[in-house]
Amino acid sequence: MSAISSTTEAPRRKKLSPRKRAQRIRIVQYAVLVLAVVLAALTIDGRQLQQVFFRPDLVVQTFGPQLGTAFVNTIIYTAGAFVLGLVLGTVLALMKLSQVGPYRWLATIYTEFFRGIPAIIVLLAFSLMGVAFPGFSFPFDPYGTVWVALGMVSAAYMSETIRAGIQAVPKGQIEAARSLGMSPGMSMQRIVLPQAFRIVTPPLTNELVLLTKDSSLVYVLGLFASGYELTKFGRNLANSFANITPLVVAGLCYLVITLPLTYLVRRMETQQRKATR
Amino acid sequence: MTVSQVMPTGNREDEIQIYDLHKSFGDLEVLTGITTTVHRGEVVCVIGPSGSGKSTLLRCVNLLEQPTKGRIFILNEEITDPDADVDHMRTQMGMVFQSFNLFPHLTALQNCSIALVRVLKKDPEEARRIAQENLEKVGLGDRGHSYPAQMSGGQQQRVAIARALSMDPEMMLFDEPTSALDPELVGDVLSVMRDLADGGMTMMVVTHEMAFAREVADRVLFMDGGVIVEEGPPEEVIGNPKEERTRAFLSRVLDPTHVHAGDEDTAYAQRHRTAPDHDGNGKLPPGTGFHSPGGVG
Ligand SMILES: Nc1ncnc2c1ncn2[C@@H]1O[C@H](COP(=O)(O)OP(=O)(O)OP(=O)(O)O)[C@@H](O)[C@H]1O
Ligand SMILES: [Mg+2]
Repeated sequence: MSAISSTTEAPRRKKLSPRKRAQRIRIVQYAVLVLAVVLAALTIDGRQLQQVFFRPDLVVQTFGPQLGTAFVNTIIYTAGAFVLGLVLGTVLALMKLSQVGPYRWLATIYTEFFRGIPAIIVLLAFSLMGVAFPGFSFPFDPYGTVWVALGMVSAAYMSETIRAGIQAVPKGQIEAARSLGMSPGMSMQRIVLPQAFRIVTPPLTNELVLLTKDSSLVYVLGLFASGYELTKFGRNLANSFANITPLVVAGLCYLVITLPLTYLVRRMETQQRKATR
Repeated sequence: MTVSQVMPTGNREDEIQIYDLHKSFGDLEVLTGITTTVHRGEVVCVIGPSGSGKSTLLRCVNLLEQPTKGRIFILNEEITDPDADVDHMRTQMGMVFQSFNLFPHLTALQNCSIALVRVLKKDPEEARRIAQENLEKVGLGDRGHSYPAQMSGGQQQRVAIARALSMDPEMMLFDEPTSALDPELVGDVLSVMRDLADGGMTMMVVTHEMAFAREVADRVLFMDGGVIVEEGPPEEVIGNPKEERTRAFLSRVLDPTHVHAGDEDTAYAQRHRTAPDHDGNGKLPPGTGFHSPGGVG
């Protein structure tokens, strides 16, 4: 049998020690990397690359009051949608935990629906509300439209997180609250929810990061310049300059918002882990 | 007379009246007919093997568990009546849990005052004063601003007692208040309970502390298999038990060298490791951020 023959052969072939093997694998990895860098240096024209993606004069032109407006708009769209999503998400989470069956079904249908369709469709649908129902418009247009559309989508995701957070609060907490004479509603409001929200702060902050990026979907709406957010602003400039630089600048602006948030999440998570030790 | 015809005695001294109490969890019959009365100022200790239904009995008294059958009167008002104002009746009974169940997001003072403000609608200043008073009573007057996670188990349990006392209850229910504590911390909690008993508080105490029961109890209930097997003064039930089951139980808990001494602990640990109380939700990132005392093994 081959298995037997190979084992009898094995001692003859010189086997590498695990340490030697690991060393050899690392050498191969570095060799591939060096090769890739050399190839890239030979084929890619660095100056041309910079001209397309990061032309200094266009960077300067991109920076201006309009970039500031777009930056602030991105934050306004995101923040409004987040607040709305948080409130609606909490209501949905409570509905999912309700004793009343129809509430649970409604909340589940809502969640599955809005998690299952592209956010862009929701956004487009809401932007056409004024056409579909003549005379109708969201307050604070276009902000209102975006807040409601993105808020409703993110509520679907947040409700799941919040529900899990509520369920992660030990049952003994409700029992202690009830034994002090608190009603079920008061126990939820004063004892369970404050703890649940602490538990879900990191995942909700992640949701905020996602929402910041999703606010770029606003570019599909026909907007006045005053309503532009970073993506729409960057794209328009990129079109008129026939150069990608403004989009790169817009992308970097997103990082200015998202990187600190991601860092914050990581810190909160390590702190929570320490606290449970 | 059938249970449905039972009337409260109407005697102010009969604070907790339990008639033919039954409780099942699905097919599992945990309590099968408990009848007893706890009088004003009386200290009743409930002892018995793990799983005999002691906690369930106590939790039925303030309706944390809904009895399957039977009636319970608190201060001659029926708490098992579907129309009873249970929230109000619970303010008259303090409850202390094995796993403390302090509110981790509130300081010791806030733990003691929150229900005063929210339930009894006391003025926040007065609530604070009452809370401080009760923290002093349990020897923690200087720890009012600490959070539960910053305190030892014994201190947490004393805050939990202060929290219950702050409501100025007529009676106190204790469910194994010292079982989750390191041995060296048990004494402080027991001495607070002893003071309470000396002060004339009506108390129903589920406990494994036989020495405490012997010293403090006016009456001991020995439960096994969902019924009260034997009850009477501690000298009799613990000192000179009549029933074979009581003797067997006591020899197990009182004599640590007994062959089966470990059984009780093992059974207990197994049941409580899977207690629903400490079930986290697996979907969340590790850690809830809070100290869950009962779950620390
Ligand atoms: N919520 C519940 N659902 C299902 N079964 C339960 C529930 N609570 C208790 N039980 C079961 O009822 C029985 C009695 O439990 P109980 O907690 O009253 O016992 P105990 O006398 O307090 O025991 P211990 O000394 O271990 O605390 C056990 O078999 C337990 O598994
Ligand atoms: Mg118990």
